[in-house]
Amino acid sequence: MRNKIISKGELAPWVNELAKKGNLIGVREKGFGPPAGEAGKYEFAPIESAEELRLDYDVAVTSPKKFFQPSKETLLTFKRGGDFKLNAVVEAESLVIFGIHPYDAKALSQMDKVFADDNRDSNYWEKRGKAVIVGIDPACASKWSFWDAMGAATVDKGFDLWLTDLGDRYFIEVGTGKGEKLLKHATTSEATEADVSARNDARSKLATLCAGDRKIKAELKDLPDIFEAAYDNEIWEKRAEKCYSCGSCNLVCPTCYCFDVREEIDLDLVNGRRVRLWDGCLLESFAAVGHGENFRGERSERFRHRLMRKMVYMNKKTGELACVGCGRCSSVCLPDITDPVKVINELK
Amino acid sequence: MDSLYLPRKAKIKKVEPLTATEKLFEIELEGKKPLGHKPGQFVEVSVFGVGEAPISVTSSPSRLTKSFELGIRKVGNVTNAIHNMRAGDIVGIRGPFGTYFPFDKLEGRDLLFVAGGIGIIPIRSFINYAIDNKKKYGRIVVLFGSRSPAERLFVNELNQWHEQVEFFETVDRRDETWKGNVGVITTLFPKVELDPAKTAAIVVGPPVMYKFVLMECKKKGIADEDIIISLERRMKCGVGKCGHCQINGVYVCQKGPVFKYSEIKGLAEAL
Repeated sequence: MRNKIISKGELAPWVNELAKKGNLIGVREKGFGPPAGEAGKYEFAPIESAEELRLDYDVAVTSPKKFFQPSKETLLTFKRGGDFKLNAVVEAESLVIFGIHPYDAKALSQMDKVFADDNRDSNYWEKRGKAVIVGIDPACASKWSFWDAMGAATVDKGFDLWLTDLGDRYFIEVGTGKGEKLLKHATTSEATEADVSARNDARSKLATLCAGDRKIKAELKDLPDIFEAAYDNEIWEKRAEKCYSCGSCNLVCPTCYCFDVREEIDLDLVNGRRVRLWDGCLLESFAAVGHGENFRGERSERFRHRLMRKMVYMNKKTGELACVGCGRCSSVCLPDITDPVKVINELK
Repeated sequence: MDSLYLPRKAKIKKVEPLTATEKLFEIELEGKKPLGHKPGQFVEVSVFGVGEAPISVTSSPSRLTKSFELGIRKVGNVTNAIHNMRAGDIVGIRGPFGTYFPFDKLEGRDLLFVAGGIGIIPIRSFINYAIDNKKKYGRIVVLFGSRSPAERLFVNELNQWHEQVEFFETVDRRDETWKGNVGVITTLFPKVELDPAKTAAIVVGPPVMYKFVLMECKKKGIADEDIIISLERRMKCGVGKCGHCQINGVYVCQKGPVFKYSEIKGLAEAL
């Protein structure tokens, strides 16, 4: 599959062509259309025309993981009583997701692994299999971003197409046949050696986008050992003193995927469904059982657990650190206790 | 469509009260198919409209083939709902899930079963399996502790076990009828002579019990790899995805609930 070039002028027609199919998801500014007052914040949402698409965004409020593991999803429907019925629900629609950043693509690859290995989750995979992922190199970074420090400035897999801005044109890395097919609605030309060179140049500048104070004082490969050794460190209690157990960090994290399962029943007491909902290990009842025991009852234990998952446990599962440096948890944490950059630098 | 979360339809065949808070349910899968479980495993039981709960299977696969038994204490929404159900009512079953008591790897060994209260429920499946396969094992010793005589589970079966195995029992608090040992379960250990090289201990009980019983097992000289425990945690999906059952980095529904003590010694959140 050969890499392509698309001129800036040809991008909008291509995006509009994709939008016509009604299944284009892209990044847009939250202030665009109601509710107002969210300018400067970006989200992955349905795109109806190219002018809505904002490829110059710094970070989206939540990651595109929500399209494959929705915040609320029906797993089963049932009908109680004599005419008992029980059905699994696995729903999926074809989507094109346009504008994913490398750190979110890296996180998505990890989600692919956890939902495939050790019992394949078809609710995730039916959706994931129908999605075409079009990524783009970041144009800028938020003041919290530290994806460069976490080795997530670029990815070489987990996408169908990947765009790099070369000024007057985009370099398109074709990752898969699915991506190539998407280009049939676009006017492109073959990428040349000069284009590849220009792309390497552009990529070398990515390291300058994250702010100067968003560097970590440790080597990435040492993080699992550093955190494991710090299990009984007083940092957890000290920081968690101000923890609200609000779970905001879980909510926005692209590699948090724990879920609760609940039952819903209609007023007729006959028809109902079982749903799964996003859950968070910071919430107090996460490890509590029926007769009252809470296996992670202290805030410091829960606060520590999430960072252990990102730096130690998930690394054992997937071979990668689950913190991709998106900076979302840092930006939403009201008492500002969970910023991984500060925690890492304090532990080092 | 294939789904990890779709239960099989099952029916309650029989309900037997055990104590004021526990009942024994005999469950039949649609088509009377065997559950195919090994001692120590659990199932996720659905009460449609209320929810799902993880419950250890208490019957030995060597006894009932067309059905299986669940011993259930009423503690929350789902278990309270089950307690209000009768024979003929429909439930859902997913599983069996989890690791099992290594009944195969312990052949030829002396078995020391230590059950604290409700811990007898999963242990019963292995005790009865061992009784049914007596030739495969050495001595079978059972230590069972309950909080009070009224809270003893499987009273009729306990009488049988008195005849079939080396059975020692205690209660934390006596009543007027009780003529046996009084004291926590650790008080039974001095009554038993064991050959530590030959013995494997299978220990299940409430979280607070483990530290003390483990000390007694170590005092008797039993090796860490030969102490088998079962740990409960909050479970939802039972298939290693939802995250609730984690002990540090370990998903109990996948790598447990049955563990060797040597496996979990390094897990700070385990005991």
